[in-house]
Amino acid sequence: MSGPQGTYNGSSGYIVSDELRNSVNIAIALQKPLLIKGEPGTGKTMLAQSIADSLQMELIIWNIKSTTKAQDGLYVYDTVQRLYDSQFGEHDVSDIKRYIKMGKLGEAFLSPLPVVLLIDEIDKADLEFPNDLLWELDQMSFYIPETRETVKARHRPIVIITSNAEKELPDAFLRRCIFHYIDFPNAEAMEKIVAVHHPNLERKLLEQAMESFYALRSLPNMQKRPSTSELIDWLQALVVGGVSPARIKKELPFLGVLLKKNEDLDMILQQLSGKTQTRNAMGRYR
Amino acid sequence: MFTRFYYELKNQGLPVSMKEWDALLEALEADLCGSSLIGFYHLCRAVLVKSEAHYDRFDLAFARFFEGVETPEGLPDKIWEWLDKELPARGITEEMRRNHRQLDLDELRRMLEERLKEQQEEHHGGSYWIGTGGTSPFGHSGYHPGGIRVGGQSNNLSAVKVAGMRRFQEFRSDETLGVRQFQVALRKLRQFTSRLDGAKTVLDLDGTIDKTCQNAGRLELVWERPRENSIKVLLLMDAGGSMLSYSRLCNQLFTAVHRSSHFKDLKVFYFHNCIYDWLYHSPECRKNDYTDTAYILNNLGEDYRTIIVGDASMAPYELMRSGGVIDWDLYNDRAGLEWLRDLRRHFEYSVWLNPIPQKYWDWVEGSFTIKKISEIFPMQELTIDGLEKAISALRSRQRMAKAT
Repeated sequence: MSGPQGTYNGSSGYIVSDELRNSVNIAIALQKPLLIKGEPGTGKTMLAQSIADSLQMELIIWNIKSTTKAQDGLYVYDTVQRLYDSQFGEHDVSDIKRYIKMGKLGEAFLSPLPVVLLIDEIDKADLEFPNDLLWELDQMSFYIPETRETVKARHRPIVIITSNAEKELPDAFLRRCIFHYIDFPNAEAMEKIVAVHHPNLERKLLEQAMESFYALRSLPNMQKRPSTSELIDWLQALVVGGVSPARIKKELPFLGVLLKKNEDLDMILQQLSGKTQTRNAMGRYR
Repeated sequence: MFTRFYYELKNQGLPVSMKEWDALLEALEADLCGSSLIGFYHLCRAVLVKSEAHYDRFDLAFARFFEGVETPEGLPDKIWEWLDKELPARGITEEMRRNHRQLDLDELRRMLEERLKEQQEEHHGGSYWIGTGGTSPFGHSGYHPGGIRVGGQSNNLSAVKVAGMRRFQEFRSDETLGVRQFQVALRKLRQFTSRLDGAKTVLDLDGTIDKTCQNAGRLELVWERPRENSIKVLLLMDAGGSMLSYSRLCNQLFTAVHRSSHFKDLKVFYFHNCIYDWLYHSPECRKNDYTDTAYILNNLGEDYRTIIVGDASMAPYELMRSGGVIDWDLYNDRAGLEWLRDLRRHFEYSVWLNPIPQKYWDWVEGSFTIKKISEIFPMQELTIDGLEKAISALRSRQRMAKAT
């Protein structure tokens, strides 16, 4: 098993803060999994892709669902297939290896080249899930009783774990991780991020849109605050729709792209129409 | 000694284990802190702190411990860059080479301080406050080691300054937070059982093996019902006038409880200041739209987890006397206190959540009734921490405190 594999310096398609870059490098150097938390849309998943790009490694993604078990990531022994085969005599049943299928973690261990392994949204799984992975992530190996083989990582993968804080993770697991919380990007960082996606944006349009965006985010009663990806989509919509910058703040066109909850949309629309109504009323009585 | 920092962190309530401390020392040995205090700050945080809820505590501990190492603010960018990269590097690496794993931070601290003083003197003439337009240290834009400015604010703050800014204060879990956080806390309220009605969708492995064996090896799949939460919740909310100031907080809890679809059953009732003979169906507490409290007591099983939300603040007679009900056209034979005791006796899993912060309970207007009620129900403040405590209390039968 080889040691640390160079340092991460960010990649062209992803804006990374110095803090986050440091955390990544700390995790790589200490050979510990990096646990990333943060609001949705702060680029947690993108980070792994960026690391893979920057270090020119393959990225293996293990998407966690509520039904995922730790065992799924190691290997699956397809007993039912073997049983069927034995009943109908189609394949050589004595070779158990044929029925052992590697999971994502196993795949990462067996890769001939170092890889980046992304365990995405670990909090989706059962509460005990992270604990079940402790040994494998620590030792970078696991044992398959069926074949009496030990799968050992050829190269220690760089493990990135993301969490949306839907569940709290067990302490024993946390102790083994490097932790980083991605703060929501401020206006300047956001401009850089936007520039990656929309390099030729009209200055005025961007300014107006960003101002509205951060104003919306700062509203206290928002159910779901718009995030980076929604801003990027919104800008796209504004450009395609040919909206003039002057209209953006007043009318908030294509608001549905930014706000995904009906309550939020209603609230804003009400405020917008309320404003114009009072304005009209004022005009009438003036 | 460096270990004092460890205890400082512990003092601030950070759950730092030896394993993490070891990892930090290893990282320092490998010179991962970028040889600067700010790098050291980020390194410590990444290795030692495992929740954004603890960032603030870490900042406090860091600020307190390194108070003396406060680096001067407002030096020009270039010098700052230089400060950040070059200066402490020598200090740390020499220290580490000599002492290997034993880092003497006091010395490190002293050296850093010295260097910084020198630095200040050397560049005395050139130092000025950066970005006079917006130097508030409480801006949100944060720190960038490269010396990047944001929105005209000086971002070149020392690590201590960054820590002192307490940017992550809002993530403290003893603060009141939003619906989502409440939901997360409520998710802990669950108890799984598969003995419920519903479609059989999960493969019963043991059953399948049994059946298949009985079939002499011919595969027969057996299915069972998925595990489901069997928790039933009774939510009683105070809709009285004094609760108005906490309406937003209560709304958030209410929304969270409602959205938590994992309960088997959820019943919500309202009351005005204290619970008497009637539990209302709507927050307006309309006189003709209620269920008898006695009916609830007789018909809801004792396994209902009961959460009462109220400020527990009222005039003493409202709680203690018959006829004490605040609504002038109603009369209660039994004192509110009696009703509360009955509820408590019947619903063994019950808690009281109070939106008034705990530190005010002793001297707020209704402190007498708060005290009385908290003798009956385990009372927690309505914050994430409080809710979590309440929920862990709801997991087990709570013995009645002082059944006088």
